[in-house]
Amino acid sequence: MSLVRAIHRKLLRDLWTLRGQVVTIALVVGCGIASYVALRSSFEALQRARDSYFERNRMGDVFAHAARVPSPVAARLASLPGVAIVYERLLEQATLPVDFLDEPGFAQVVSLPDTTDEAPLGAIFVTEGRMPDPNRDDEALLLAPWAATNHIAPGDTLPAIFDGTERTVRISGLAMSPEYVFAIPPGGLSVDPHYTVLWMRRHALGAAFELDGAFDDVVVRVQPGASVPEVIDALDRELAPYGGRGAVDRGHQPSTNVLDSGLGRLASISGFVPFLFLGVAAFLLNVVLARLVHLQRGQIAALKALGYSDLDVGRHYLELVAVVVVLGSLFGIVTGAWLGSMMARLYAQYFSFPSYGYALDPMLAARAVLVSLFAGVVGALATVRQVVRLPPAEAMQPPAPPRYARSFLTGSPLVHLFETSGRMVLRELERRPMRTLLSAFGIAMAIAIFVGGRASRDSFQVLLDEQFRRAMREDYAVSFIHPVPASAQSSLRDLPGVLSLETMRVVPVRFRAGTHVRNAALEGWPEHAELRQLLDQDGNAFVLPSDGLVLSRELASVLDLRIGNDVTIDVLEGERPTITVPVVGLVDDMLGLWGHMRLDALGRAVRDPDEISLALFTVDPDQAAAFRARLQDVPGVASVVRREAVIAGFEEQNAAAMVYTTLLLTIFATTIAFGVVYNNARIALSMRSRDLASLRVLGLTRGEISAVLLGELAVQQVIAIPIGIALGRWFAHLVFSLQDPERFRLPEYVSPTTEAFAIATVIVSGVVSALLVRRQLDRLDLVEVLKTRE
Amino acid sequence: MSDDGVVIEARDLTKVYRMGEVDVRALRGVSVSLRAGVFTVLLGASGSGKSTLLNILGGLDVPTSGTVRYRDIDLTDADEAQLTRYRREHVGFVFQFYNLIPSLTARENVQLVTDIARDPMEPAEALGLVGLGERLDHFPSQLSGGEQQRVAIARAIAKRPDVLLCDEPTGALDFRTGIVVLEVIERIHRELGTTTAVITHNAPIAAMADRVITLSDGSISEERVNASRVPASEVRW
Repeated sequence: MSLVRAIHRKLLRDLWTLRGQVVTIALVVGCGIASYVALRSSFEALQRARDSYFERNRMGDVFAHAARVPSPVAARLASLPGVAIVYERLLEQATLPVDFLDEPGFAQVVSLPDTTDEAPLGAIFVTEGRMPDPNRDDEALLLAPWAATNHIAPGDTLPAIFDGTERTVRISGLAMSPEYVFAIPPGGLSVDPHYTVLWMRRHALGAAFELDGAFDDVVVRVQPGASVPEVIDALDRELAPYGGRGAVDRGHQPSTNVLDSGLGRLASISGFVPFLFLGVAAFLLNVVLARLVHLQRGQIAALKALGYSDLDVGRHYLELVAVVVVLGSLFGIVTGAWLGSMMARLYAQYFSFPSYGYALDPMLAARAVLVSLFAGVVGALATVRQVVRLPPAEAMQPPAPPRYARSFLTGSPLVHLFETSGRMVLRELERRPMRTLLSAFGIAMAIAIFVGGRASRDSFQVLLDEQFRRAMREDYAVSFIHPVPASAQSSLRDLPGVLSLETMRVVPVRFRAGTHVRNAALEGWPEHAELRQLLDQDGNAFVLPSDGLVLSRELASVLDLRIGNDVTIDVLEGERPTITVPVVGLVDDMLGLWGHMRLDALGRAVRDPDEISLALFTVDPDQAAAFRARLQDVPGVASVVRREAVIAGFEEQNAAAMVYTTLLLTIFATTIAFGVVYNNARIALSMRSRDLASLRVLGLTRGEISAVLLGELAVQQVIAIPIGIALGRWFAHLVFSLQDPERFRLPEYVSPTTEAFAIATVIVSGVVSALLVRRQLDRLDLVEVLKTRE
Repeated sequence: MSDDGVVIEARDLTKVYRMGEVDVRALRGVSVSLRAGVFTVLLGASGSGKSTLLNILGGLDVPTSGTVRYRDIDLTDADEAQLTRYRREHVGFVFQFYNLIPSLTARENVQLVTDIARDPMEPAEALGLVGLGERLDHFPSQLSGGEQQRVAIARAIAKRPDVLLCDEPTGALDFRTGIVVLEVIERIHRELGTTTAVITHNAPIAAMADRVITLSDGSISEERVNASRVPASEVRW
């Protein structure tokens, strides 16, 4: 008795005969599984890293900032219902007039407890060096990634301006904190290379910022089960008299907001991209298996006549599918784990997590195999049902010749426009329209995956152009820690090299409408603004009415407001009035949540009409250095942003990501296109080799019979292109819907380059598979083919 | 076994195929019995219904009406699982076009059966019986038509079937090769004592049978017993 059953030998030999098809389909399955495993496992690794980082370093649940709160208030905050721990601290802005940056640097300066190295909440993590000496007031910890970028090590010193006074800070060590995974400047949307974080002992900061006996920042741990919104409300009520800026939960803490939306996108993409691949794989298995079963009708009948049951024979063909799927899954799991660990490492670096452990969860791998087996079985089911139903006696007869008939398409005079080979192509397409359509659909999927995958990059480019080239036209934007009198404009205009100056007002506010509440900023725009324009998503300039409030459409929908509704605004600075204004317009802007008003109207509304908080400059390039140098002496500056630097930063980040994304998508699209075209070509060849050999016997050349076969493939490709582009735009739409609309509202845009690249990838894959099959056509053994009974 | 030595007994078989709009009556009330150890030839022209009859006797098909029994087993209303078991355990098939699995060697084609049979021969032994002991590891494409048909016979007898059913076993072969195949079937019948039925349109082959049943147009037109059997080697057509 042999160890391997004969039917399994048949399986192995069939697999070997079909190896080209087995490999191409397994690769498509592999891509699906690889993308699933890579996306999902890196997401899980990062989520674990984030959670353990947050837990180990006691990340707070609620964050609140105020102007100046007397120390005894802390005890009152701690006794608020739902509050477990209150950590009060100082959090200030400082300028860093360093010479290694183009523009002055800025830092958030955070206090550390004087008596202990462990803050009760928001603990930091010293990566190098040591904590500042509690007995010195000039030592600080510096945010580690920023220090690395700028080559700063413990022992170095940095110049810093604290509340108008220049001093020298000695770096005792480098640190990281879960609150500063991303160091985002106030009001910013992303990391700014000029922005960093310093941690110093509290007594040192209290003295420097005249906040002895007071605090201005609170981190709160909420009791398990308590309502976070209620805690936020209570904190806001308590802190309002002390200049409270409005508390936020962890999700709206700037760094965590960016982190979570990045992780969330990873998770959402892993929810649909892999299934596109598995869908294509199921389709390929379906056509290949159907063809195999058609060819093996006689063998199936013989097996049944020999006493193999329907179940045995059905299982035999399912085993073939299972082998393909399992091969693909194994390849996918290995590749996915490798890609996933690489992605997790890159992301962990990007997120500056102190540690992360990548491990492929065996359950995830098992799930991947199960899902792909399911897809394979779904693809194979119809054919296997046919196998089971095939009566052994009937199957002893060869299958009836396929029916052809004259029809609308091929019966029309149109058909005479084609040569004989063209007519054969037409008739074949017409006879199997579903197969042609399905094949075209498979190829379309390759185009769509490419287009959908690159679309967000394309849109981001539009956003960049619109927002940073058209909407912002200044060279420098200078924001102030506190509003400054409008009269300061004259001294700003006197800075060296200033060609033009416009000022704006940005006011931190809380919008309230019914039960909806949202912290956002209210921007005051000068009439006839030149340097900044409010643009909608179509790139049109939006003209503000002279009075009343215009909201970002997204903010209006968050607050459930329509034009004509009144909205209540708590101003969170200065006299902190609460005002009610009508919404007079909505703007489809692309970034963030904003209220927009004319500067004069805003001034009247918040009852200090002559203040500004943002100055926009165009500067003579020859005097830019002098301009920047003098800017360091201007008191109360929170940040200086050079527009070109922002654009360059975005583009650099975008370009690097673009190369990897494009490479990966090209591999994916090629695999699918190749899988579909090659398998179709092989099947067409095996189904029609007898016809084609007959044609050769009748005297047609190799070129002419190739035209018959490859013509069909070309038609599939041509049909695939518009379907693929349409599907791709739909995928792009799905990808856009994954964005956090409160941060970005990317215009849905797919560039012609992306579409052209996708189409080219598919055509090249098609031509290569056609050439492979053409080689086999050239080798067609006329005598053997004609002798074969079918 | 029944007392009268009947292995398969069919009574009043009819078979109607529906082909598009018309009913084709392939069998019109055929009664036939195969007795143990008897070599029967079912003779008939193309379309006489002989293949249909063989398919029903072999459990590949079921009749439209009438009854079929294999010993004590009623095959008339058997379901697919019962028919499969019947084919697996009791019947050996030889087909006109051999129906070998092209991806398996001679030995492996026989092994297909020995893998699932209860008390099979070794594949090599079965192939030895048909004179292919030297060609065990050849693929069908490396064998001549006659050799392929002998592999098919080896595959049919390896399970030591009670009944060997051969559908036009020489139909695709030239005269000389056909004789060799008939000799093998004759020898198997003689040496193993297997109840054997051969269907053919080739009248001279009937001379080698114990019993000859002639079918025409779906009915039995003649049934006779040969007084003496002509050896396969002497059959001529």
